[in-house]
Amino acid sequence: MRWLSDSTVRHLRRVAEWPDLGETKYRLLEELGHGGMGTVYLAEDTVLGRRVALKVVATAAARPGAAERMWNEARVLARLEHPGIVPVHDAGSLPDGRIFYAMKRVDGRRLDELAPGMPLPERLRAFERICEAVAFAHARGVVHRDLKPENVMVGPFGEVLVMDWGVAKALDGGARAPASDGAPLAATAATAVGAVIGTLAYMAPEQAGGEAGRTGRPADVYALGAILYFLLTGRAPFEGPAAERRARGDARAEPEPPRRLDPKIAPALEAIVLRAMAVEPGDRYATAEDLSAEVARFLDGDRVLAHREGALERARRFFARYRTPVLIVLAYVVLRAVLILYGRR
Amino acid sequence: MSKPIFGLLLGGVLGIFDGLTAYFTPEVRSQLLGIVIGSTFKGLVAGLTIGFFARKVTSLPLGVVFGLAVGLILAGIVAAFPDPNGKHYYLEIMLPGALVGAIVGYATQKYRASEVAA
Repeated sequence: MRWLSDSTVRHLRRVAEWPDLGETKYRLLEELGHGGMGTVYLAEDTVLGRRVALKVVATAAARPGAAERMWNEARVLARLEHPGIVPVHDAGSLPDGRIFYAMKRVDGRRLDELAPGMPLPERLRAFERICEAVAFAHARGVVHRDLKPENVMVGPFGEVLVMDWGVAKALDGGARAPASDGAPLAATAATAVGAVIGTLAYMAPEQAGGEAGRTGRPADVYALGAILYFLLTGRAPFEGPAAERRARGDARAEPEPPRRLDPKIAPALEAIVLRAMAVEPGDRYATAEDLSAEVARFLDGDRVLAHREGALERARRFFARYRTPVLIVLAYVVLRAVLILYGRR
Repeated sequence: MSKPIFGLLLGGVLGIFDGLTAYFTPEVRSQLLGIVIGSTFKGLVAGLTIGFFARKVTSLPLGVVFGLAVGLILAGIVAAFPDPNGKHYYLEIMLPGALVGAIVGYATQKYRASEVAA
């Protein structure tokens, strides 16, 4: 005889696994998602009466080092007040010892889910906003180290938020981004020398090669280039043969040029991607702002610095940018010529 | 430079060039100076009017259409005066005049005025 249905049992089992928030001001409402480091819940702040996203770390047995990363992420986020970075409201420990932090609840969809349906200019403008958030973090001495479309949320009003700062690293010993208790955001075990952190398909060669000491701002610029690659082609830079080469340990493997996948991609955009994803960090854009500025130049119809264009391409770009005045002036010249010829008859 | 001043200058310069095209019509070449002066004056008035419009209304299509209309009307007024032989040049003056107005309309909308509000 069955007393409970399977779905009821599943629900009860899931609820039983929910963390005990008894001594905190939060009340769990539902599970929003599950990641490598922990679980994100929708919760209500019972004091302020607002809904927040509550990230609770996985148990130490399930995920060693996760608590350290979680503190790191909370402290990094607390220092990065920017419209493109999700703000942290609170952090603490649960009665069972697990770490949690409360952040703004973001209504939106992941960029990797949304991008295929977005027109190109919209995708590029979203990309500019990602670059702005990353540039802000760089200016505060923080590198993200796991930038990928899955870690970018796009809100209903087009707002773009860079998420998942769990493996972020403070540069220069964290001097420019001290933690709330005054201690620097020192490299955690997760950032130890030799460890490979991040997502292989979007990772800079020096990061994929485990050169933690060389993984700085240029690695994020590379990952931004990889995101742009995804936004143009609809796939990650390292899939198929390139991914196999990387998996075999060839960190310096280069991705297939975007135009080989889709010849309709503008050569200037391909040049931007390839420069951002240059194997040598020194060959990439110096900053995320420089990369953003290149994309802005493309959107404005200006010449992209990374791309050497031919006369025909330059004329086409000029006409595309100044279509209306060129057509009016041409109409004037043609009209004048016709009237002069007509007057001489 | 404000949009009206920019429109005034651009309208004047284009008016000079528009008037100079009369050189290619032998039958009016002797009246070239008068044509250039008239065309320049027309350009100045049109440019100033279009510039003021651009300051009030920020819309590229409306700016172009307004320029076209102002150019057409002012050129129509100029064309209403006949030459010494009593001949009118409506087509030759109004159509290019309207296009010059459209160019000024486009340029004043695109121009970013550097004036600072007091």
